[in-house]
Amino acid sequence: MSDYETVIGLEVHAELSTKTKIFCSCPTSFGAEPNTHTCPICMAMPGTLPVLNEKVVEYAVKAGLATNCEISKNSKNDRKNYFYPDLPKSYQISQFDKPLCEHGYVEIDADDGTKKQIRLLRIHIEEDAGKLNHDEFGGGSLVDLNRAGVPLIEIVSEPDLRSSQEAEQYLKKLKSILEYIEVSDCKMQEGSLRADVNVSVRKKGETKFGTRTEMKNMNSFRSIVRAIEYEANRQIDVLEDGGKIEQETLRWDEVSGKTFSMRDKEDAQDYRYFPDPDLVAIRLSDEYIENIKKQLPELPETRKQRYLEEYHLTEKDANIISSSKYLADLFEKASEICNNPKAVNNWIISDISKILNETEMEPIEIPFDCNQLAKLVILIDKGTISSSIAKKVLVELFENPRDPEEIIKEKGWIQISDEGAIKEVVLKVLSENPQSIADYKAGKDKALGFLVGQAMKQTKGQANPQMLNKMFIEEINKN
Amino acid sequence: MEITELTVHELIDKLQNKELTATQITQSYVGRMKEKEGDVKAFVTTLGDHAIEQAKSIDQKRENGENLGKYAGIPIGIKDNMCTKGIKTTCSSHMLENFVAPYDATVVEKLEKENIINLGKLNMDEFAMGSSTEHSYFKKTANPWNLNKVPGGSSGGSAAAVSANMVPWALGSDTGGSIRLPASFCGVVGLKPTYGLVSRYGLVAFASSLDQIGPITKDVEDAAILLNLIAGHDEKDTTSVVQEKKDYTANLKKDIKGKKIGVPKEFFGEGINQEVKESLEKAIETYKELGAEIEEFSLDVAQYALATYYIIACAEASSNLGRFDGIRYGYRAKECGNLKEIYKKSRSEGFGAEVKRRIILGTYVLSSGYYDAYYKKAQQVRTLVMKEFEKGFQKYDVILIPTSPTVAFDIGSKSSNPLEMYLADICTVSVNIAGLPGISIPCGVNKEGMPIGMQLIGNKFEEEKLLNMAYAFEQATKFRENYQPQFIK
Repeated sequence: MSDYETVIGLEVHAELSTKTKIFCSCPTSFGAEPNTHTCPICMAMPGTLPVLNEKVVEYAVKAGLATNCEISKNSKNDRKNYFYPDLPKSYQISQFDKPLCEHGYVEIDADDGTKKQIRLLRIHIEEDAGKLNHDEFGGGSLVDLNRAGVPLIEIVSEPDLRSSQEAEQYLKKLKSILEYIEVSDCKMQEGSLRADVNVSVRKKGETKFGTRTEMKNMNSFRSIVRAIEYEANRQIDVLEDGGKIEQETLRWDEVSGKTFSMRDKEDAQDYRYFPDPDLVAIRLSDEYIENIKKQLPELPETRKQRYLEEYHLTEKDANIISSSKYLADLFEKASEICNNPKAVNNWIISDISKILNETEMEPIEIPFDCNQLAKLVILIDKGTISSSIAKKVLVELFENPRDPEEIIKEKGWIQISDEGAIKEVVLKVLSENPQSIADYKAGKDKALGFLVGQAMKQTKGQANPQMLNKMFIEEINKN
Repeated sequence: MEITELTVHELIDKLQNKELTATQITQSYVGRMKEKEGDVKAFVTTLGDHAIEQAKSIDQKRENGENLGKYAGIPIGIKDNMCTKGIKTTCSSHMLENFVAPYDATVVEKLEKENIINLGKLNMDEFAMGSSTEHSYFKKTANPWNLNKVPGGSSGGSAAAVSANMVPWALGSDTGGSIRLPASFCGVVGLKPTYGLVSRYGLVAFASSLDQIGPITKDVEDAAILLNLIAGHDEKDTTSVVQEKKDYTANLKKDIKGKKIGVPKEFFGEGINQEVKESLEKAIETYKELGAEIEEFSLDVAQYALATYYIIACAEASSNLGRFDGIRYGYRAKECGNLKEIYKKSRSEGFGAEVKRRIILGTYVLSSGYYDAYYKKAQQVRTLVMKEFEKGFQKYDVILIPTSPTVAFDIGSKSSNPLEMYLADICTVSVNIAGLPGISIPCGVNKEGMPIGMQLIGNKFEEEKLLNMAYAFEQATKFRENYQPQFIK
């Protein structure tokens, strides 16, 4: 099996976060009642005509520049013809032979630790289709055209990826770039970022590509990784058994963890692409492209470098924080307010990341803001709360975000730093744990930790841990 | 003189000096419509009562001193492929038999703003595909000059209604000659404006790169007035051109002495009917008398225009008509077992034979493996045709050719032979291919008394010059005073 290498190419569809659709002025927002974000144009009523939303071009050019593409100054829209009820015009307006952006690349960390450029063949603009809802009661299918005409960019990579890890890295990098330049919210669970995955395998050293299969519309990193691994292994098994790979579209089944052939398509589709005569050519001036270039924000790679140099973060931490524009902004703003970047970094890398992972939340969905996080750090620094209380405050911030000071007041979580009160607890714990005293005296330092822990428990975590430490040692030594 | 015999500019004068009211005008037309519709069969939808109500309200408002503009109360007929809010827009197709658009086409909106009264929706070849109006799902419109003959197409209802004085003027649409050919067959004036001069928003698309809305009128001055009302950039149609507003009536009456007319010999050779040829030659003599300079030249690429036209038009149509799928609106076949059957049966039953023929043709020329040989090649020839015309307009102010090689033919005589029918468009399609303005004006009648049309072609956006040249000819020949349709049965 190790004789083989996997070759992966990805076609990523990202919904652009323009306010209105690509060819009409309907809103693009997600989750509305079916067919309420529609008009005669996106419903393809007879006689209606598309008008290209200039923001879509701007966003796509931005994406192209951020991924090192050449921007085409002379581009056009083409019609891709096919029948399906979610496609009201019976053609999708896309771009065929003159995409807006071409020949770019995205840099990732390859499996062997080196930097690797994943080349982009092209980025083009197109419209999304509607959605079919299969009615459980009536047995029929209902068409919802809210999504029809929502602008998309399709980012097509060259077959430069060699493992599922590389594919995941590439996707994460792409997602992070699109978030940074604010052209897509990349919410995978809402389908605003999805990928068609092309997989083939070949013997190592072989220069020709093997026959590829395609899995369409995948919208989670986890399933993409699993699907690539499954599919590569399946293809290797077929070849090892002397079989042939058929070029086809497969369906990935999340539950069984397998790919299935989609045999229901009788024959290969002929999309009969031709230039859309309803739309004039897209012509961009050098000045226009330059202007967008100037407006490009700092990209993840640059930010990461800055974090290494300015904040002296570790490579790993800088990677994690810079990967998400939201995390990076949170980090920088909170650090500035509390003047303790190291602490903010630690909170983001450990506790916040942990909660995000556990709840499968995207950074952009973090409910609290930089002020609240900074306040948390300040309260610890001032000794108002202990770090164990702070962890509880953080949980509270996720659940019901408000001023941390308010939270601790409300919950009565202010740290006990009163010597008399501390002494009282210390004496009580000592009287209950004579064995620990003996252990400590015998040189077992761990016993002290146990005693402090007991005291924290009795004070519900509110006692000042440094004072506890100090006082336990004093009291034991007195005896 | 009957009210319905007046031109629109005459009606406007009479409205202004209060010789006539909107109600009188509208009632006369509704009356004439009722009298002649049985013979001519020009309308798909008539709005008689509603039109009279509107006219009464306009008169009332005028009496109250409201300034409604000088066109308020003038009736019009509209080809049934332009969307009218709340009124059926059928494209003379079973597919859209009951379709009511929730919006107005931009041209309709413009007319409504002027308080122009819609008398009804006019018959046409289904989806504007045809040259005789025989391809309507509903009825075959007759030629008012001889009811056994076709009115031409596809705007046959519009041309016949104007010719028969059932409407004072009408809107048509022209993809390959659909305004000019019926205007020629019915002895009226038909103008196809430069591509991009009039908004296509709300015009049910046949071939998007060729379609253009234009006036069909009793005389050239009316055509200029109606063009004034409908021309102009529309932000809903990005192919409509931004340019300064012109008054197309301003230069109508200018002297044409010294103007150069190019006559391409290819349009006067084989295939052209002798009487048509003679009539055109007489027209050329008239222009000479008016002081214009005539020169013969060669426009030989034009011979490929017809083939080019049918490839491009059908290709675009095959895609444009995909939306009629039985899902959201329009005809849906009954008892379909699955999705594929909905598509198959709805489209098979909803479209007529000619529409299906063109969809199949268009699908074929766009198919992989054929695209380069047909569609791409056609686009290349299209560029050549444009260049050839450009060269012509470096020398000539206008180009003069027949509108059709023949006069109106008998109903049924060509409907079984599609290719012969396509040949009726041979003189008109190159104008669409090149995106130029073209006007058809009557220049005589043949022995049977059927009108003959002369076509003038202008350079892009030079409608003023085109109308000026047409007007001079019309004033010199007075066709309308000499000939009137006879409704021969």
